[in-house]
Amino acid sequence: MLEAIGVQSMDDLLVDIPRSLRIKALELPDGLSEFETMSQISSLAARNRVFPDRLTFRGGGVYRRFIPAAVSAVTSKPEFYTAYTPYQPEASQGTLQAIFEFQTMIAELTALDIANASLYDGATAVAEAAMMAHVHTGRDEVVVAGYVHPEYVEVLRGFSEGRGIKVRKGTEPGPKTAAVIFQQPDFLGLLVDARTLTERAHAAGALAIACVDPISLAILTPPGEYGADIAVGEGQQLGLSPSYGGPHVGFISCRKELVRKLPGRLVGTAYDKQGRRGFNLALAAREQHIRREKATSNICTNHSLCALAASVYMTYMGPRGMHQVAEVSFKRAHALAERLKELPGWEPAFPDRQFLNEFPMRVPNAPALLRKLARKGILGPLAVNRWFRELKGVVTFTCTEVNDPTALDELVEALQS
Amino acid sequence: MTEPLSFEKSRPKASAPRLPEAGVTGLDSAHVLPAEHLRKEAPGLPQLSEPEIMRHYSRLSSMNYSISEQFYPLGSCTMKYNPVINEAAASLPGFAGLHPYQDESTVQGALELMWRLEQALCAVVGVEKVTLQPAAGAHGEWTALRMIKAYHHSRGEARTEVLVPDSAHGTNPASAALSGFHVVEVKSGPDGRISLSDLESKLSGRVAALMLTNPNTLGLFEREILDIAEMVHATGAMLYYDGANLNAFMGICRPGDMGFDAVHMNLHKTFTTPHGGGGPGAGPVGVKAELVPSLPTPTVERSNGHFALDFKRPQSIGRVRSFYGNFGMLVRAYSYIVAMGGDGLTQASRDAVLSANYLRKQVEGDLDMPHEGPCMHEFVASAQNLAHDGVRALDVAKALLDRDFYAPTIYFPLVVPEAIMVEPTETESKATLDAFAAAIKEIVAQAKTSPQELHDAPKNQPVGRLDEVAAARRINAYLQGQGDDPVLRWKPPGK
Repeated sequence: MLEAIGVQSMDDLLVDIPRSLRIKALELPDGLSEFETMSQISSLAARNRVFPDRLTFRGGGVYRRFIPAAVSAVTSKPEFYTAYTPYQPEASQGTLQAIFEFQTMIAELTALDIANASLYDGATAVAEAAMMAHVHTGRDEVVVAGYVHPEYVEVLRGFSEGRGIKVRKGTEPGPKTAAVIFQQPDFLGLLVDARTLTERAHAAGALAIACVDPISLAILTPPGEYGADIAVGEGQQLGLSPSYGGPHVGFISCRKELVRKLPGRLVGTAYDKQGRRGFNLALAAREQHIRREKATSNICTNHSLCALAASVYMTYMGPRGMHQVAEVSFKRAHALAERLKELPGWEPAFPDRQFLNEFPMRVPNAPALLRKLARKGILGPLAVNRWFRELKGVVTFTCTEVNDPTALDELVEALQS
Repeated sequence: MTEPLSFEKSRPKASAPRLPEAGVTGLDSAHVLPAEHLRKEAPGLPQLSEPEIMRHYSRLSSMNYSISEQFYPLGSCTMKYNPVINEAAASLPGFAGLHPYQDESTVQGALELMWRLEQALCAVVGVEKVTLQPAAGAHGEWTALRMIKAYHHSRGEARTEVLVPDSAHGTNPASAALSGFHVVEVKSGPDGRISLSDLESKLSGRVAALMLTNPNTLGLFEREILDIAEMVHATGAMLYYDGANLNAFMGICRPGDMGFDAVHMNLHKTFTTPHGGGGPGAGPVGVKAELVPSLPTPTVERSNGHFALDFKRPQSIGRVRSFYGNFGMLVRAYSYIVAMGGDGLTQASRDAVLSANYLRKQVEGDLDMPHEGPCMHEFVASAQNLAHDGVRALDVAKALLDRDFYAPTIYFPLVVPEAIMVEPTETESKATLDAFAAAIKEIVAQAKTSPQELHDAPKNQPVGRLDEVAAARRINAYLQGQGDDPVLRWKPPGK
């Protein structure tokens, strides 16, 4: 090949690199065989402790759920996972159609007009939604109402700082407020009065941004119905493994008046000369590769394959499956809550508030309790005091369809021992 | 071939999947929750049986080009083979099953993997420390710019401008703008490299950073990089490295030694994590000592053989996403690095440069080469020589699809008219490169003899060229409340 190029050696191809910059070698070990590589990686994996699904009662944004085998059967198809962003639509119809179906499912689930192709995660979805509200209203403050996931709020603060936007906690929007952001159910699992928060936002001329749990929407009023302008959320529960926090998938949907301000990719239908329907990337003039510094967002690579997993999951479940999963989780969580409040010294942290399948309890000596459960192979509840000082002694329990009734018995027995 | 949407195939009577019953006593949500919280109408998701679903997605998968089946010479995107061992590593239950809020003592293997990956990336790019949190390249750019802003701020300086070459990736100016900077463009000279005189005229005490990729998007190494670094640093600004083109010189040289202060890396390009049809990727950022205090929290630290997450970093810019990054992608990249080793990574870059120069030579008689070689890992040709036959870069791209090649990046970088940007990567054989060159030759010949054939391409794809103008018109109509077809989603007929 060197001969064909017309040079003597590889060095002739590297002439533009100043001599003084050349390094002798990378300070890394030499490569290994596949067998040795895998045994090294496996030994790292073996140094982690994986709690069984059924004995995992911890949530806080990442949940154990049943994942149908169909999900990985589809996402492990190399035609999907080794494809690039669909810049050439004719040779990417599979990816494009799958994204179009994802957009439609998210729009249906949230009862809003249009959803995008995906974002990185729930946290950046919240932040991107706030940026949309800032651009749409021309105002430079966002109000975070109630217990929104603390990591989402931290990411929101980071995004806001760059754009000169103030993030304020509270429930009362003012004349400078671009949006009121709330989470339904909130970080503790409790239901908030989404309708009132939305109405208050609108009365102040601000947008309402609902951060929602996609499974919960099989039971709960969807954001579009109570008038939210933008819905965002984390889609991990739709067929993705916890994987120490990622990759998962953020989603965002909005009213059609806001579509031009949406960040990231959007797929739409288009027709060829023969009148055949196809799919392509639409409204690209919002995006960084066209608009550069005037783009609605800098996002380029998003989380397409995770969105594909979510699509397969939602298609597999259908409306009835989604409802069944949500309802089973609801019933088990409520049954567990009833039993836990009988334990000596235990009480619901917010007894007057409704919840779905995650709920806060005030307990004596949370650290000791978590250690005790871990010894018995149970991943116990999440201590939320780490983020919220006022919630001393409060832990949140999560129940889903993977926590069978016997697992609930084992948990309660372990707590009583 | 087209495939109906899952929504169009949906059958209300399709059996729902069998799922567990609650198995506990208690009321339904409908009897517990107040009516205002309850959804009245079930979401309109498709209802299909499992065999129908599997067939649907199998058919969709057959309507895709992918690295597993086609050569993907997509410039700036480094579409190399994704070793299957990476997938096996990431799906080990010891990784996939970890909850992000587990106690540190139960995730020592995960933290050690992150720490080791960080060390390896430091070695490859020549920096002090790395954050693995950013989810993609653009996210990494934005993270680095915020760190740079924090650094200047800590020195009592409010610098407001970021310099970006005219040949830069679109994410550069977008990330700068989103971090609150004013973007100032720096021109390329006639040789395709950044113009030092233009750079000089734009540097001032207002400039926070220059964002640069090297080799630049024309595939040319910025020979004057050491002078550039000196000029930038002399004004107190920082030098930022866009790592999209890192595949050009692993083991040959390092951005840190060139004077870059912050470096992002695309694990989905250089380190073979699959692109997934548009992500997930991962965009770690490495920094020199002066930026270490502003790294996002948490960082992974080792002391006495124990690994821990450090949240107590007072000068940190805070977290840039939830949890600790796209951990599953980190496992894949680490597995690639372990398998390749320092020797293998070096060989990969050398082979990438060799492939690009070889392919460049094969097609230089057929397409314009606006800049002199040698190139690094990619080159930019121009289809302007076909213009008098009425053939454009877009036609060449579509004709390649019909010959079973994915198309190169076209119309980028913006500084080259009718640009065709080719990055063959090290994982393609000489036979594949020859076949691609032969296809280009054939297309160029066709431009003279039957240009209409090229305008009509592609012909053997599931659809022909799509009418984007008409699609945009329909979207406008919908957004203005004049059309029934939302274009950007499916809607049941009549709704």
